[in-house]
Amino acid sequence: MTDAVTKITLQRGLAIAVTLGLLLLVFELVRRKRLSERYAILWLLAAATLLVLAAWKGLLTSLAGDVGISYPPSALFAVAIGLIIMLLLHFSLAVSRLSDQNKILAQRLGLLQQRLERSEDQAVEREPERSTVGR
Amino acid sequence: MNRHLAIVPALNEAEAIVAAIEAIHSRASGFDVLVVDDGSSDDTAARARSAGATVVPLPFNLGIGGAMQSGYIYALEHGYDVAVQVDGDGQHDPRHIPELLARLREDPDLNMVTGSRFLDPSGHGYRSSATRRIGIRVFASIVSLITGRRVTDPTSGFRMTDRRGIELFARDYPHDYPEVEAILLMHAHRLRSCELPVIMRPRLTGSSAISSTQSVYYMVKVLLAVFVGLFRRRPTIAAVEQPASAPEQSTVAAAEQTLL
Repeated sequence: MTDAVTKITLQRGLAIAVTLGLLLLVFELVRRKRLSERYAILWLLAAATLLVLAAWKGLLTSLAGDVGISYPPSALFAVAIGLIIMLLLHFSLAVSRLSDQNKILAQRLGLLQQRLERSEDQAVEREPERSTVGR
Repeated sequence: MNRHLAIVPALNEAEAIVAAIEAIHSRASGFDVLVVDDGSSDDTAARARSAGATVVPLPFNLGIGGAMQSGYIYALEHGYDVAVQVDGDGQHDPRHIPELLARLREDPDLNMVTGSRFLDPSGHGYRSSATRRIGIRVFASIVSLITGRRVTDPTSGFRMTDRRGIELFARDYPHDYPEVEAILLMHAHRLRSCELPVIMRPRLTGSSAISSTQSVYYMVKVLLAVFVGLFRRRPTIAAVEQPASAPEQSTVAAAEQTLL
């Protein structure tokens, strides 16, 4: 979209095509179970918002006018950047939670392995005792 | 060892868990009780152990889907051939468990029996908020339409599965709010399920897993999952193993080895 596209209609067509493509991509990723529904909902919301703004010319123009943006497509970028920042924040939260959980898992695994090794050692130590008692 | 397992997911149910376990022991004596402690911060796990249940303590909260699947993996690895889900908060009356088992045994083609709150002939239906009942009805008509049979209570978690159901759910179980999707998962794998009337008691303690703010997410998430699911093809589990993610497969493979 950074090419020397001067016609607003062509730009709109591109914006619509890109957001539609994003919607389809998200759908296909969910279908293949590569993306879980929890995160798909966010992406679908973002893509749908952009699609509405790209397709409904009057809305974008009046929104741009309200906030004093003279070039309406810039308003589209502003909204897109806002959505991207929200998505990024959401993913930072998700990554923080995952790394916390990962740490807890590693700790539990280490403690369990130590317990298992100790009980295996004890079982080996007990084995000769039992055989002598058997005799 | 018993071949029947009651899987009880519990999150901070210290008040109700002992009564729930004792009720299962007295009303459904053929069932071993497995409590999956989904990261409780109270002494749910210790009380469950003292009441005679086996406890799988999860290191942090996985949500109901992940907790239930842990139970199904346990059932698979320990060779159980019937598993029933029973809530840890006393909502599900264990006296219905023998009825569910009898229904499952009666028809060898049946893989899952769900206890429905809306089939009670005496008309003492389940009392709940109007919005929740509308939500349940929406899901009920969608699920009925897709499966081609009448489903009245798609959100009921009171359900019993046979060995094939255990194998399926150990391998693949939905994450958040799994009940509706689990019925469709069964249907997609050509496993058969039916409903049986049960009476559910009001909760003894605690609060429902779903608050009003979460219910919007619930609806959107499940509707999206159902919609996307329509475009997914799944093999039956009798066919060649579905190439799911690697760790799940190795779990199943390990389970099969221990069984042999």
